[in-house]
Amino acid sequence: MTFQNRRFTALAALSLVAGLGLTACGSDGDGDSASGDGDLSITMLPKNLGNPYFDTSTGGAEDAAGELGASVEEVGPDTATPDAQVPFINTAAQQGADALIVSANDPTAICDALEEAAGAGTAIVTFDSDTDPECRDLYISQADAAGIAKVQVEMVAEQIGGSGEIAILSAAANATNQNEWISLMEEELDANYPDIELVDTVYGDDDDQTSFDKTAALLQSHPDLKGIISPTTVGIAAAARYVSTSQYKGEVAVTGLGTPNQMREYVEDGTVAEFALWNPGDLGYLAAYAAAALANGDIEGDEGDTFEAGKLGDYTVGANSVVLLGEPFRFNADNIADFDF
Amino acid sequence: MSTRSTTPAAGAPLTSGEARTYAAYSKPLWQRVLLTREFAIIAALVAVYAFSYVRVENFDGPLTLYYLFLDVAPILLIALPMTMIIVTGEIDLSVASVVGLSSVLVGILHVDAGLSLPTAALVAIAVGAVAGAVNGFLVAYVGLPSLAVTIGTLALYRGIAVGLLGTEAKTDFPEKWTDLAKQRIVEGQPYPWILLVVAVLAVAFAVLLHFSTFGRGVFEIGLNDEAARFSGVDVARTKLVLFVLAGAISAFAGVYYTLRYGSARGDNATGMELQVIAAVLLGGVSIFGGRGALHGVLAGVLLIGVVTSAMRFNTDLVDKIQIVVGVLLVLSVVSPSFLSWASGLIRGRTGLRSRSTAATGKRSLP
Repeated sequence: MTFQNRRFTALAALSLVAGLGLTACGSDGDGDSASGDGDLSITMLPKNLGNPYFDTSTGGAEDAAGELGASVEEVGPDTATPDAQVPFINTAAQQGADALIVSANDPTAICDALEEAAGAGTAIVTFDSDTDPECRDLYISQADAAGIAKVQVEMVAEQIGGSGEIAILSAAANATNQNEWISLMEEELDANYPDIELVDTVYGDDDDQTSFDKTAALLQSHPDLKGIISPTTVGIAAAARYVSTSQYKGEVAVTGLGTPNQMREYVEDGTVAEFALWNPGDLGYLAAYAAAALANGDIEGDEGDTFEAGKLGDYTVGANSVVLLGEPFRFNADNIADFDF
Repeated sequence: MSTRSTTPAAGAPLTSGEARTYAAYSKPLWQRVLLTREFAIIAALVAVYAFSYVRVENFDGPLTLYYLFLDVAPILLIALPMTMIIVTGEIDLSVASVVGLSSVLVGILHVDAGLSLPTAALVAIAVGAVAGAVNGFLVAYVGLPSLAVTIGTLALYRGIAVGLLGTEAKTDFPEKWTDLAKQRIVEGQPYPWILLVVAVLAVAFAVLLHFSTFGRGVFEIGLNDEAARFSGVDVARTKLVLFVLAGAISAFAGVYYTLRYGSARGDNATGMELQVIAAVLLGGVSIFGGRGALHGVLAGVLLIGVVTSAMRFNTDLVDKIQIVVGVLLVLSVVSPSFLSWASGLIRGRTGLRSRSTAATGKRSLP
């Protein structure tokens, strides 16, 4: 009998330890989450956690929340799949969060969960990656095609002094968004830059080595080339890598769309003067202001609604309840150190 | 080989962590039922649930249990055949890939090929059974290790699923069916109808594993498949049947998964095999085979579900869920050895009748 009792004690002790271990964690954070420092609670759900891009956008949202007196909590799955996002949306609804800011892993798959959350009174804002328009109140769009095309042409014109031959290094030949930007860039060049000639468009298929080789070929076949625009993050990094180790460094301008972490060394060594992308921090900042405006009832998310977004100024809701962040953000030697994504 | 010791156990589960010796039957029935791994897990489940209910903010909300059941339903379903497979000493790592494959098939057959949803679901389940049969054939008749076979088919079935749909998602499912996947049995109660399916299948599997000749064979294979063969168990056929069941039920879970999330994608349920296996082991099934009981497994699944759900309410802990599940799993694998080592110590000190197998921490044959 002694033995039986002891064995039972051991088992009980074990389950207790396990239980306590869990609950210790539970109680730990319990206090933290309850200590929302504002009336307004915003849940931030990126595509996945541990992604520097989304860390930057959450940082922006937290800045905005600080100004608004709201609290922002970031939650998210390890893997960027829609089924992994759904439980977090459910949880936000159960917690009665005032607003949910989400970057959707699938435009439709998380719709039901978002609608349930909206039914529980949570304002739904998507950013970076949209859902079907009927599933959310607002979409904060990072950039529009016209703005992306315009900024790239402007940058290359500034860097080559307004005249000369340029070429485009794109992704795949049938990439829809790239082709849209290229045709808008051509229109922009025709209309406003008569001295700049677009001599070639080549395709690197968003593959690092292919893009690298195409850059080499481009420079050999066009000896007078003065600038390369690459509207893809893979292409611009490969082009910059080729140019930085060739005799064209400093002679041929490389610009386009890239991320600071990929481009940092080429900006620092002078290969690249300036490139563009949106600022994910501003994107998160704007999303938090929009979410607060919705949750406070200041706006309904209808076209024409206007709201104020702190340091970014005033915004107007466009068609399909889309809010455009604005002009793409230009990264150069002066500001690249401020970004890590 | 164990007929003598099992006959008097009709009133108690055949699954107590103890080897069935005469000494074991000197204990009263309530002790034999309650002092088991399974009931330790059930107690932990009750304790964690009670704690979360009281202490975790918003956990007592009306939706918590409802979403919890929706989330764990596919894991509960797949855990049933997985328990039997692990009891035979084998493992099936390809279950989550079969979920993904079945999800993609339902999407393609219903949305693109225009089959009705029940037809598409039946085809998907049939394909799941075939996928399981491939595993079962290679393991049981070719004699390859199940770990190697199913890690191969894990990649293969997932590859087919992703290959069929690419990065696309099929989302055009009729609301009648997607609503059904989330329908509550009684409006206002947190029990979705899928729990009924789980309950029916759980009873069927409990009968099959614990109260049938087939189930006795499953345990005997896990303890010693040579001996099982000599005592008249068709080892190969038993294993084949189990893998086919796992494939078919995983495919059914895939149909449910697709309707619950309203999207058929190749990457659906990625990594779910680990959640299933973790829950099965946590529920007291020995990874070496020969020991385990379904009620413990069901409690193990729910325990992981409750812990995950409670931690999700807490922003700071969200990214630590995996750590806790991992620690629980290691504890559950280590604890039987630890317990028998500890009880060996106690027994040695108190001078009680000692059993050499228990003292060395090995599992003993009945």
